Amino acid sequence: MADPAQPRSLPDPVAAREWLQTMILIRRFEERAGEMYAKAKVGGFLHLAIGEEAAIVGCARALREDDYLISTYRSHGHTIARGSDPNAVMAELFGREGGLCRGRGGSMHMFDLEHRFMGGYGIVGGNLPIAAGFGLASDYLGTQDATLCTFGDGAINQGTFGETMNLAALWKLPVVFLVTNNQFGMGTALERHSANTDLQERGQSFGVPGMRCDGMDVVDTYEVCKEALAIARDERQPVLVEAVTYRFRGHSMADPEEYRTKEQVAEWRERDPIVTFADRLKAEGVIKDGDDEQMDADAVATVDAAVAFADASPFPAPESLYDDIYVLGDQLQGWYSVDERGAGVSRGEHLGK
Amino acid sequence: MSTTTKRTREALNDALREEMLRDETVFLMGEDIGVFNGAFKVTNGLLKEFGEQRVRDTPISENTIVGMGVGAAMTGLRPVVELMTINFSLLAMDQIVNHAASIHYMFGGQVKVPLVVRMPQGAGHQLGPTHSHSWEALYLHAPGLLVAVPSTPADAKGLLKSAIRDDNPVIFIEHEYLYGQRGEVPDDPDFTVDFGKAAIRREGTDVTIVGISRMAVTAARAAETLHSEHGISAEVIDPRTLRPLDLDTILDSVRKTNRCVIVEEGWPHGGVGANLAALIQEQAFDWLDAPIGRVTGADVPMPYSKPLEQIAFPHEPQVVEAVRALFGE
Repeated sequence: MADPAQPRSLPDPVAAREWLQTMILIRRFEERAGEMYAKAKVGGFLHLAIGEEAAIVGCARALREDDYLISTYRSHGHTIARGSDPNAVMAELFGREGGLCRGRGGSMHMFDLEHRFMGGYGIVGGNLPIAAGFGLASDYLGTQDATLCTFGDGAINQGTFGETMNLAALWKLPVVFLVTNNQFGMGTALERHSANTDLQERGQSFGVPGMRCDGMDVVDTYEVCKEALAIARDERQPVLVEAVTYRFRGHSMADPEEYRTKEQVAEWRERDPIVTFADRLKAEGVIKDGDDEQMDADAVATVDAAVAFADASPFPAPESLYDDIYVLGDQLQGWYSVDERGAGVSRGEHLGK
Repeated sequence: MSTTTKRTREALNDALREEMLRDETVFLMGEDIGVFNGAFKVTNGLLKEFGEQRVRDTPISENTIVGMGVGAAMTGLRPVVELMTINFSLLAMDQIVNHAASIHYMFGGQVKVPLVVRMPQGAGHQLGPTHSHSWEALYLHAPGLLVAVPSTPADAKGLLKSAIRDDNPVIFIEHEYLYGQRGEVPDDPDFTVDFGKAAIRREGTDVTIVGISRMAVTAARAAETLHSEHGISAEVIDPRTLRPLDLDTILDSVRKTNRCVIVEEGWPHGGVGANLAALIQEQAFDWLDAPIGRVTGADVPMPYSKPLEQIAFPHEPQVVEAVRALFGE
């Protein structure tokens, strides 16, 4: 982690502006998603990443185009940062056919193969072994692709963390594990769920060295992830990076936030990653006053369009209920799904031949 | 078609070797499958032949092994994961059900998971309540998974080859008793057995016996006794795969014989037989002359002591008795 007194240098101005623009877009997208949830346009659980934008954009920009990014149930920002169409992300939240996953996954299960966003996963720690599998495939096929796997501080106490660290180190897989330490596993504070709160250290006994970045600083997150990815890619050495950050909103929309004080939230909001980065870009002459307002207006327009798109997108047709349970190939036949939803005798879904 | 007599474990080994030769993206992962040559010797010699990149000994981390298989399958490989027993597969249930089975569906069909997870099951070796169960019903329960339960060496080979070539996650359930059993296996390296096609092991006219996994063998023996000692002509059907299911062959048979007994080694509640009986009574009720019979494993954790273990899973006499009961005998 960089010395706060001596911040890392900015990237080139085009990149710096794009990072800010993307962070603002994610912020506005998440806020609107929350509003749409309150209006019951979005169902289920909705986990917002407001406050974590630097950790998201910083790691996503450290990736090459062909690298894999895999995330958790808090992944709207990750898939947008990777290049997904915000229209399709919003439509997925609305449960519509035009959604990224045709409305099958919802907020917790975004996926965009085209942009190598390899999924949001609803099981805490469930994505870690899968990320190692991507690394194994890259290794096996001899590509130079690396994988970056994000997960929360809560996931570090799952068995899959230790199992995956061991296997990734043992098999020298090109994977960076990014623990987004937002200080809480749902409502349980870090020091109440982890005996060792130095999370970047937790991989060391498995042979996975640790690094830490300021997850409220997009430049620091970018630089540390970039370095970690180079080690993973070039030295075939998995790395664990801890991004220290904070979510400004509750765990999900159903969270009275009784586990933390308003003062603590206010303190972290002082370090708002978007405000601090915009101020810095102004101070260093990369943007001028008003540029960030324009970026904000553009983001709001994009989000307006996403809501309009999602609203106009149809719900999936009832007859599509059984689509994509299986890849239907030539060698399959017989009954693969039984339909017992009604009184009549229905045989369900049948294959070929 | 020329054939050779092989044991099931050899037939499975042939299937793995042939598919690895056919497709470089096929590789094996599992505990002690390499240097140790496999707990049941199914992978015997494959490390030597294919090397450590393609035959990977793993640490004892079932959930992560399967999860890595899921990830590798999503990104271009065809992993075949071996779990040492079906009991150990419960440690991987999260990756099998929450991930492997769901990913194609929940991501809107964008990505496929061509993964095979092999595991042996079954009682009879005094391995007690953590190594001996029969749980095809658990995996049959989950949409998104294909489930194979071969009972002959030829089917073991042909179905495993199909499983590896298929683009869906397949739970491939072997039986410990069957590993050493011999049978004729086609020599043709292109021989495969399709999923969803039942085998009629014996034709008959009086009763249909459906046998799952090893119980297909037990059912066939019972049918011989029924014929020779009781004059009852039993038709024996081995579904070979439970999902997809060749329900048509079973219904056709029941409509001919008007009676049915289902034999499985697993537990009765929520079992394969419970499920199949529901489907049969719903779709062939008017053809049934008697209630559908079930013969299952005992509703207990598998005991260690030999006499107890032997009465905790079905044998030929129970099948004979269950069939005779349908005739009021």
